[in-house]
Amino acid sequence: MLQTYEYPEFPYTQSDEQKNGVVKRHPAIIIGAGPIGLTTALDFAQQGIPVVVLDDNNTVSVGSRAVCYAKRPLEIWDRLGCGQRMIDKGVIWKIGKVFRQDDLVYQFDLLPEEDHKIPAFINLQQYYLEEYMIERCKDFGDRVDLRWKSKVISLRNEADHVVLQVETPDGVYQVEADYVVSCDGANSDTRKMLGLDFEGQFFQDRFLIADVVMKADFPAERWFWFDPPFHPNQSVLLHMQSDNVWRIDFQLGWDSDPEEEKKPEKVIPRLKAMLGEDTEFELEWVSVYQFACRQLNDFRCGRVFFAGDAAHQVSPFGARGANTGVQDIDNLAWKLKLVRDGKAPEALLDSYSEERVFAAADNLKHSTQSTDFITPKSKCSTFFRDAVLALAKEHEFARPLVNSGRLSMPTPYEKSSLNTPDEEAFAGKMQPGTNCADAPIRKDNQEGWFLNQIGERFSVVTFGDAPAIDTLDIDGIPCDILVVGKDFEDSKGRLTERYDGKNGTTYLIRPDQHVAARWRSFDKDKIATALNRATCRL
Amino acid sequence: MALNTKPNIADPDRFYQSLIDCHRDLSEDQSQRVNSKLILLLSNHIGDEAVLKEAMAIACAESGA
Repeated sequence: MLQTYEYPEFPYTQSDEQKNGVVKRHPAIIIGAGPIGLTTALDFAQQGIPVVVLDDNNTVSVGSRAVCYAKRPLEIWDRLGCGQRMIDKGVIWKIGKVFRQDDLVYQFDLLPEEDHKIPAFINLQQYYLEEYMIERCKDFGDRVDLRWKSKVISLRNEADHVVLQVETPDGVYQVEADYVVSCDGANSDTRKMLGLDFEGQFFQDRFLIADVVMKADFPAERWFWFDPPFHPNQSVLLHMQSDNVWRIDFQLGWDSDPEEEKKPEKVIPRLKAMLGEDTEFELEWVSVYQFACRQLNDFRCGRVFFAGDAAHQVSPFGARGANTGVQDIDNLAWKLKLVRDGKAPEALLDSYSEERVFAAADNLKHSTQSTDFITPKSKCSTFFRDAVLALAKEHEFARPLVNSGRLSMPTPYEKSSLNTPDEEAFAGKMQPGTNCADAPIRKDNQEGWFLNQIGERFSVVTFGDAPAIDTLDIDGIPCDILVVGKDFEDSKGRLTERYDGKNGTTYLIRPDQHVAARWRSFDKDKIATALNRATCRL
Repeated sequence: MALNTKPNIADPDRFYQSLIDCHRDLSEDQSQRVNSKLILLLSNHIGDEAVLKEAMAIACAESGA
């Protein structure tokens, strides 16, 4: 098979503590150096928390795997200093088309709104994404200690720390951590070592993924076929990636043999049927997968936190796996920082589970619904699905019922105990618990973006007349005060529009760029109470 | 608005006949296809989810499901 990418091999070096046989306690250990583990490393490091990352391998993701990255995780990676590189290398897309046989039955546009820094979606092979994050880790020097070929073989919660046994090419050593973040994927050993239930729904259908290198004139759109002439009675998905690599995903059905289906002599005829006999292409990577929809009931077990697929697993339709995992970390990092610094109680760490279990359940629901549409489980369900598709071409009402995967959007923490409910009415989509909308701004005569002005610390953003103070410190938690029109200009009026900003309108924004509270006037006492609620100090 | 379970069709016999007629000479599968489309079309026309759920509840109860 052709290789458009050369896999790096990261050097294993024996750690000093293993060499010297001295057990060391680290502030945070991250298990797994995939997209979620690396995001954790970057976010913790940026918060000033030194991390050790343990990974049993010594390279990046083999195969393009996750591919689709959504706006919100890209905004998080932008905050962590590596989002732009991913966007520059990736393929930007926002249009999705759904076909039934040869007919276009439904089309969606993921981001019809102008004036956002980050696109709706990019497609990028997972190995690039991981490589860029690993390179970004180097900017933090010793604060990120990446240990390759280091496999956690046991783990135990103690009252105020976690004890781990790690196996390396030099043998087994013991290490301790104040906190552990388990990012070791759907088959998480950490989860098994702690004996946690991970129950859910398993799906029988098998899918074939082929990464194909070709010069093709398909547009940069997501194309999904139900029952296409080149692969009757099944579905097919097409995505463009970097370097002229295309992702093609064939539904195979229940009774296919995964080993047989992976063979080039089996894959190539399928591709020729789709692309035409004359299209020149080469296979780069082939895989057959099955999936399950399941999640942990609690993402915290003592001093161990679960994030990404280790905590929740969904079907691939809608690109909800890695995208949700990145948002887990966005939620966790600032909370751990405040608790570690003694500025917030342990209860704040429980809110990680509260908010992210809620988000995972929402994802799981969407993902299961898509799966039921794409792979109906009964004859009756198939009839309804086919009726929707048959009606969709002529009758507009049926188009929103077509579900080829609802693409990953952030789940608002609408019921979170950290929110302060509105006292007055606001127009627009924002509310306490939603992630902040971006908008273009101008600062020091330079064009910029609102989301780059906030994050990592609490911020108060206020519209109109400036308050008498320009910083706040609420019992040891500093809070930036940003006055729209003074600290930066709302260059296109989008911020005012998206935040329903009137004279006096004031938002309290969490370090993860979510709305904690908002009012129609600047009131220091109300801000303090809301910040205390958002940090479990009430 | 609640589900109307009082008589609401002007000519019940004519309606019933046309419902049967549209399945005439169809196989089981073809009939299923027609019914599926009919349910979707009518559901969209009703629109109100509470009403639809009421109808589903009655239909499911009577099927013994």
